[in-house]
Amino acid sequence: MNGTRTLATAGRVLRQLSHDHRSIALMLIAPSLLVGLFAWLFSDQDGVFDMYGPPILALFPFIIMFLITSITTLRERRSGTLERLMTTPLGKADFIIGYALAFGLMAMIQAVVTVTFAVWVCGLDTDGPVWQLGLVAVTDAVLGMALGLLASAFARTEFQAVQFMPLIVFPQILLGGLFMPRDQMPEALYVISNFLPLSYAIDAINAVTAGDEGWDVYGPLLVVGGFLLGSLILAALTLRRRTP
Amino acid sequence: MMNKGREDQAAPSADDAVEVRGLRVKRGKNVVFDGLDLDIPRGQITGLLGPSGCGKTTLMRSIVGVQKVEGGTVSVLGEPAGSALLRHRVAYDTQAASVYGDLTIRQNLSYFARLIGAPHSDVERVIAETGLTANARQTIDSLSGGQESRVSLAVAMLGAPQLMVLDEPTVGLDPLLRGELWGVFRALADRGTTIVVSSHVMDEALRCDRLLLMRAGRIIADTTPDRLLADTGAVDPDAAFLALIERDATGDHAPDDGAGAQHPLTRRELRETEEGER
Repeated sequence: MNGTRTLATAGRVLRQLSHDHRSIALMLIAPSLLVGLFAWLFSDQDGVFDMYGPPILALFPFIIMFLITSITTLRERRSGTLERLMTTPLGKADFIIGYALAFGLMAMIQAVVTVTFAVWVCGLDTDGPVWQLGLVAVTDAVLGMALGLLASAFARTEFQAVQFMPLIVFPQILLGGLFMPRDQMPEALYVISNFLPLSYAIDAINAVTAGDEGWDVYGPLLVVGGFLLGSLILAALTLRRRTP
Repeated sequence: MMNKGREDQAAPSADDAVEVRGLRVKRGKNVVFDGLDLDIPRGQITGLLGPSGCGKTTLMRSIVGVQKVEGGTVSVLGEPAGSALLRHRVAYDTQAASVYGDLTIRQNLSYFARLIGAPHSDVERVIAETGLTANARQTIDSLSGGQESRVSLAVAMLGAPQLMVLDEPTVGLDPLLRGELWGVFRALADRGTTIVVSSHVMDEALRCDRLLLMRAGRIIADTTPDRLLADTGAVDPDAAFLALIERDATGDHAPDDGAGAQHPLTRRELRETEEGER
């Protein structure tokens, strides 16, 4: 690991983004629009948005960061720039952490914008503090980014990368406890849900909503952090200096 | 090797920048190299010529250490190809311009300069040497194909690499610009840089110190421009090259059905099909 090269890579990724105003706008505004739509949908039913709003708040940044990251890194793999980078002193970890820093920063800004919008514009009301909601949303967005980095290793085209989204993201949403509390699921599905990172993300956000404190919030978040770290390490391992 | 290029190259391996011994490479089901031996002397411009699919790119990738190999050894500047120690000393310019399309020329070069630890003044130097000063603030996507490949070449010229591996760096450039770039290569070689350059343009062959002609994964001639013309009695390198290929095809490797009639799918073709699909 080398700080200069990692930061140079993060800076380069952000500089690339800065040339693409539309993507930045989509990244920052799209989750808020979706949360707004959701709030509007339930505007006549008291308390429903307060119940489902927070998990949705965690989901949208997760999905969007997954897509953006997997496609961006895939582009790097396909354009020949990754091959060139692999002939320079840049380490694999420098590359992955560089990307993680750049997109992690974007994820953070995105989560702050979305939570602010949900609380102050849509009137989302939680029992726990708002900053904890933000913390969970940021962690989820970064998790989406890490999984996206990993998924890009298994896709050969952008088309395939987009197909990975339903495969990797949807089952996690279904089994994550958003539609049905996890402990009411069929036994086998409950066991599977215990191995999916998004389940813990939704646990954490539900804890914040319910006003739980301490380990009820930080325990699940720690698990999400573990998955995040694991995906980043796996993503670094999938980088090969030598290719066929 | 069959015929050493110059008298002074008969010296032992310490003088060679690249030594390939018994290299075996397979791509998919195709055997690209089956026991390739090769030496590339230091401080010279070595041209790599041959028909499409003969293995030029695969050989270059093996030298910079990004090609998966089945067997044999490739040593570069005394180290195994691709080892960490070489990443400051070897520069590689891929066939397709490998730079970031959404960054400006200067941003691209600054990034790569930071990666290899080259001084920042290098950025302006290589921009000037590749004749891109007027476009330095333009994004790559807004450049012409020839300008884009010059940026990619400029990246390879950052720092002070001891070995530069350039895969068709002058493709799509007008003769004037090609001439200028070859002037830059010559100046670098005079300062001791070893340059390995592949080309499709045969008149560029005459600007090399040494020529390796490849066909179907073998070196069919290891020669110099003068000797190539003398040996074949041809007046221009195109004719000389064809004569050598014909000689090779009718020689002891007869079972092959003529020059380049069939060749494995090249990287270029693969890239072009994929781009066509999108």
